[in-house]
Amino acid sequence: MSSNSFAYNEQSAGGEATELGQEATSTISPSGAFGLFSSDLKKNEDLKQMLESNKDSAKLDAMKRIVGMIAKGKNASELFPAVVKNVASKNIEIKKLVYVYLVRYAEEQQDLALLSISTFQRALKDPNQLIRASALRVLSSIRVPIIVPIMMLAIKEASADLSPYVRKNAAHAIQKLYSLDPDQKEMLIEVIEKLLKDKSTLVAGSVVMAFEEVCPDRIDLIHKNYRKLCNLLVDVEEWGQVVIIHMLTRYARTQFVSPWKEGDGLEDNEKNFYESDDEQKEKADKRKAYAMDPDHRLLIRNTKPLLQSRNAAVVMAVAQLYWHIAPKSETGVISKSLVRLLRSNREVQYIVLQNIATMSIQRKGMFEPYLKSFYVRSTDPTMIKTLKLEILTNLANEANISTLLREFQTYVKSQDKQFAAATIQTIGRCATNISEVTDTCLNGLVCLLSNRDEIVVAESVVVIKKLLQMQPAQHGEIIKHMAKLLDSITVPVARASILWLIGENCERVPKIAPDVLRKTAKSFTSEDDLVKLQILNLGAKLYLTNSKQTKLLTQYILNLGKYDQNYDIRDRTRFIRQLIVPNEKSGALSKYAKKIFLAQKPAPLLESPFKDRDHFQLGTLSHTLNTKATGYLELSNWPEVAPDPSVRNVEVIELAKEWTPAGKAKKENSVKKFYSESEEEEDSSDSSSDSESGSGSESGELGESGEERDSSEDSSEDSSSGQDSESESESGVQSKRAAKKNSKPKGKSGCEDGEKENEKSKTSESSNAESSSIEESSSDSESESDSESEAESRRVAKEKEKKTKQDRNPLTKDVSLLDLDDFNPVSTPVALPTPVLSPSLTADLEGLNLSTSSSVISVSTPVFVPMKSHVLLHRMSGKGLAASYYFPRQPCIFGDKMVSVQITLNNTTDQKIENIHIGEKKLPMGMQMHVFNPVDSLEPEGSITVSMGIDFCDSTQTASFQLCTKDDCFSVSIQPPVGELLLPVAMSEKDFKKEQGMLTGMNETSAIIVAAPQNFTPSVILQKVVNVANVGAVPSGQDNIQRFAAKTVHSGSLMLVTVELKEGSTAQLIINTEKTVIGSVLLRELKPVLSQG
Amino acid sequence: MIHSLFLINSSGDIFLEKHWKSVVSRSVCDYFFEAQERATEAENVPPVIPTPHHYLLSVYRHKIFFVAVIQTEVPPLFVIEFLHRVVDTFQDYFGVCSEPVIKDNVVVVYEVLEEMLDNGFPLATESNILKELIKPPTILRTVVNTITGSTNVGDQLPTGQLSVVPWRRTGVKYTNNEAYFDVIEEIDAIIDKSGSTVTAEIQGVIDACVKLTGMPDLTLSFMNPRLLDDVSFHPCVRFKRWESERILSFIPPDGNFRLLSYHVSAQNLVAIPVYVKHSISFRDSSSLGRFEITVGPKQTMGKAIEGVTVASQMPRGVLNMSLTPSQGTHTFDPVTKMLSWDVGKINPQKLPSLKGTMSLQAGASKPDENPTINLQFKIQQLAISGLKVNRLDMYGEKYKPFKGIKYMTKAGRFQVRT
Repeated sequence: MSSNSFAYNEQSAGGEATELGQEATSTISPSGAFGLFSSDLKKNEDLKQMLESNKDSAKLDAMKRIVGMIAKGKNASELFPAVVKNVASKNIEIKKLVYVYLVRYAEEQQDLALLSISTFQRALKDPNQLIRASALRVLSSIRVPIIVPIMMLAIKEASADLSPYVRKNAAHAIQKLYSLDPDQKEMLIEVIEKLLKDKSTLVAGSVVMAFEEVCPDRIDLIHKNYRKLCNLLVDVEEWGQVVIIHMLTRYARTQFVSPWKEGDGLEDNEKNFYESDDEQKEKADKRKAYAMDPDHRLLIRNTKPLLQSRNAAVVMAVAQLYWHIAPKSETGVISKSLVRLLRSNREVQYIVLQNIATMSIQRKGMFEPYLKSFYVRSTDPTMIKTLKLEILTNLANEANISTLLREFQTYVKSQDKQFAAATIQTIGRCATNISEVTDTCLNGLVCLLSNRDEIVVAESVVVIKKLLQMQPAQHGEIIKHMAKLLDSITVPVARASILWLIGENCERVPKIAPDVLRKTAKSFTSEDDLVKLQILNLGAKLYLTNSKQTKLLTQYILNLGKYDQNYDIRDRTRFIRQLIVPNEKSGALSKYAKKIFLAQKPAPLLESPFKDRDHFQLGTLSHTLNTKATGYLELSNWPEVAPDPSVRNVEVIELAKEWTPAGKAKKENSVKKFYSESEEEEDSSDSSSDSESGSGSESGELGESGEERDSSEDSSEDSSSGQDSESESESGVQSKRAAKKNSKPKGKSGCEDGEKENEKSKTSESSNAESSSIEESSSDSESESDSESEAESRRVAKEKEKKTKQDRNPLTKDVSLLDLDDFNPVSTPVALPTPVLSPSLTADLEGLNLSTSSSVISVSTPVFVPMKSHVLLHRMSGKGLAASYYFPRQPCIFGDKMVSVQITLNNTTDQKIENIHIGEKKLPMGMQMHVFNPVDSLEPEGSITVSMGIDFCDSTQTASFQLCTKDDCFSVSIQPPVGELLLPVAMSEKDFKKEQGMLTGMNETSAIIVAAPQNFTPSVILQKVVNVANVGAVPSGQDNIQRFAAKTVHSGSLMLVTVELKEGSTAQLIINTEKTVIGSVLLRELKPVLSQG
Repeated sequence: MIHSLFLINSSGDIFLEKHWKSVVSRSVCDYFFEAQERATEAENVPPVIPTPHHYLLSVYRHKIFFVAVIQTEVPPLFVIEFLHRVVDTFQDYFGVCSEPVIKDNVVVVYEVLEEMLDNGFPLATESNILKELIKPPTILRTVVNTITGSTNVGDQLPTGQLSVVPWRRTGVKYTNNEAYFDVIEEIDAIIDKSGSTVTAEIQGVIDACVKLTGMPDLTLSFMNPRLLDDVSFHPCVRFKRWESERILSFIPPDGNFRLLSYHVSAQNLVAIPVYVKHSISFRDSSSLGRFEITVGPKQTMGKAIEGVTVASQMPRGVLNMSLTPSQGTHTFDPVTKMLSWDVGKINPQKLPSLKGTMSLQAGASKPDENPTINLQFKIQQLAISGLKVNRLDMYGEKYKPFKGIKYMTKAGRFQVRT
């Protein structure tokens, strides 16, 4: 080994030289560098050998060297085949390094890259969520267009994954796929829409990022998730927070009306800022017309704690949000945090100062208290100094100008001359802005004229020129002084300024002006172009006012100018000559020459360079650069009239429905409500669809209700935190509970509720504990997200009211009561009546469902049917232990190829039955089974439901196993009805037909059914079909045809069922599927059911 | 978002590149070099440089430019903050962040960068999680790895990423359970010629080193929390409790972290613990100037001032200085014109001083500004704002941890104008 590495060292030394050689070979003739080139080959040969060896250490060594090459930017692409072979390596580090390599070079070696795809596809199905996630990550990073469909499929699947971490990666993959193939946009938007509904904080940031990248204009997708995002915000990871806040700022500007009163902006620019603030408040009181949308308020309130973030980007994001959407009276809170950021690194300072500069132009008052924080230190980099100076200028007013001028004096003396020059300009600006100090400033600047540094003097001249232009009358002395300076100053701008000044005021300094012209005429040829132009101007002006003395001089200068090298000067000369020297050709203009040259010129406005930046959103790259960057999204103006605020309400309604005890809801829901139902369930599928029994899912929802409650403006925060702490203790974080206890004195009753809920759920939850704990814990953090402490009196009152209400009817306390109490008017006191599913909304949902059509298989939620329970073990043969099973028709949580089975165990004896578990399994080939966790003991008359998963391999073979207690073993078996081997699929009619078209011939079976016409109404057929099989209805455009779609659980093959009504009470039943066996069995089963009366 | 990252050393070599999307040619850095040339000093290179097709955002730390290439609109602070986080991570991993260290550990660097960003969007930036994914190299591990061929890639999966407390790794175990908190305050001040304070602020941080088993839940309370005017927290701190009770309640990350940084309200007058007496004079005619500074204590609450250093950028006209310090050592660099004097501890009985002459360039005019003096010092066992920790409690675990709190006051950006 050591000799090997020694050899490498030698070669790598040669390799350095090869680098140079290689570059040469690519362009020039290869012959010269041939020797070097071959040694390069040899070196890679050696790496190849190492990669092909069967020792991991050699492979690892090779990979490390290759990564080193990539890092240095050397080309390692020719090793591709050798590297890709190791993609399935067992060694985790080799694997990781191969991934690094693959992502870097796959684009260049597309064909070979395809070899690796199957590895990732396999890993996408891994039971470990982290492996699934990383497979998706690498797969989506391989930029090879051929695999777009594979990626699309993987994203779709991952977006429905149970693990939020995988879903987060799916959100990332969306952006990658979009950049690879923008044609996928529509489908990706569907995935985004689905992921936006996700309640996990892990996903939120990433999916909003994808939203911003793919479809930032689809603001309608946000409506329903707006409140959720606001509430989750505090718990999202910091990078996600930045993205979400920026997106919500844009959202708010389109959806709410302006909280700023007219004339607000103007008022702020007025000097009496403090007064105006008070006035504003008064005005606001008087004018009740504007009431802020509660959602608008929610956003402003929920972002405030983030000002305390350690991440500068987050603080800046909140600051710009306040700046752009908060009422002006509330913007003040951000200044303190922004000033805090100035302690940070130079780069952070730079950006923050830029933004403060823009803000301080419009609203001095915000940063005035922090004036001293912007004082310049000699150690600051120049760019920081100039920015600070800019802000100081903006903040200057009568009150602080004297302090500032003293400070500026120090700056002028700075060794950093560039900075000193900037200071002089600043003084000039202060002088123009604040009339009281104009004279002081002017005197100070004149003193600077005798400074030893030329840059300082030149800058002073330029600034003085601008100042004098505003009030020239009384400053003859200064002009004379400056005329004298002309002998010593060499900086062109300054010389030009002096000449211009003398020209303008030539009548006030009649003796000096011609003399200056004489001197400059002498040096004309050696002057800078800028100065030459001004000499010409001066000549022309003097010619017009004092032609006796200067006629000849001017003509001399004009002659010089005529033959100048610069065409601008030649042009100007010709122009002036025509204008001022009278000749026969000269037109009407020369009469007005004097008016033209000596017109009253408006004084220049000394403006901040940051003046025009405010049309960019603060905190953006475009603002920093002051040009529109690629992909900049314009911040829209406030709408005149707010768009319908109720679009955001959907969630509340859904939640109210989710909250009704599941069992009850199920019975109430008639089949006709199918669309709206499935839509809702999809929404919460990640949390509720995996847990079987109603109560199981409730415990997951419990925390979320807490979150929702926070969204309602004045709901009891304390009681929700109480509940949360209970659910936390469920998930095992005991410690928090202790801490929380102190903070929940009020919400006692609420917390009791929570406890009860949890107890209820505990009984049936045992096996689900794992999956729901993730949900719980995320909801627990949600409670913290609500860091509001503004105890509005209104809220307190409300809380009390509620408490008494709860006290009054403690007996009828149940879930639905509690939730109504919470959701009622509180969240949107005015706009929203009690949540009722309005017909229009149902229609909306329906529409949405239709639009989510796609040709790719996506599992939808099953149509509800009464549970059919089958006996697993009769109590007689089970010595008192009875067991029955049913198929809950939910995707199995133990594996996506499994069918979930719920087993209800009953103890009919009068003794405890202990340790119920599954013993020996006798399964046919390929079949797999995930057993339930052993039940420790079952009380007499007790019953418990446990869930397990069985992979039936898409066959109706029986799964036999032993159900054991402490003492006995009973052989039992489950034979699945064919209809339970399916999972419903949502697809559009169009896709259905397309798929059906592909499954004809062998794959099609059909039968004719005869039955009474009343049995052929759509609802009856739907009911009958779904009773037999777990299929999803496909929206149909024709009345006489009904379609159902499903896929098999194990292989995911499509199963398409069509019922076509014919005349004379007959109907044709068609089944299209690849799995012909199951297809024909299903046909056999459906036929009698449908023909039954 | 972030397309690529280039690491450039002070001599303008790109010594590391990493791409998260398609490869961006390193020739894009030419725009950066141009800007660098224009700026003359590294400090003055603008952090944001637009090029025709890309935007270059850079941070400069440890004499290395970290240049991120982006293509579309993105909040610049987002990128800058992230780059700083990268540097912090490197420092955390390797102790120092310098070119040779990065080159030596290029594989680890690459692995870490791979985990930190996915498609240019930050994925895992918590040091606790990263360390679980990729173990930082230690001498011992390097030796073991070479012998056994094992790796520094963690074989566990990053479960922390999925947990409620993503900043803390799971299964922490220590034989000695200890929690140390350092309250460090820095005084930022500008003192003018006459010795009066132009501006002074106190910025404080609480750095913690927590090595506790399991999932401890800590609370830290202050005697006088009202002092804290503006605070920013580590994500682990429960904001609600701070708002309502002014108590820091948190499940700490494992190891070193910054719990809190704060600002003491400007209303409170800041006690300036030192003064500097100076007389620096240049004469117009002669080529000699006089130089004398003395440092003395003032309002130190009886604590000793240690680690004093004085640094000053002399005007360009100064050729050399011949000085004699009453204590400590001094150096003057005739090229950069930097005078530095390492004073050490101030003895109130015998104040340290530095006296002597400066030789000026013959014929040159007298510099119109006197140099500013930058001061550094340390005072142990004192928080100058008067902030005091009341108590530290632990819940959730049964053992008794060893707790320690240390106070320190330092000079931040402390400048004396002369």
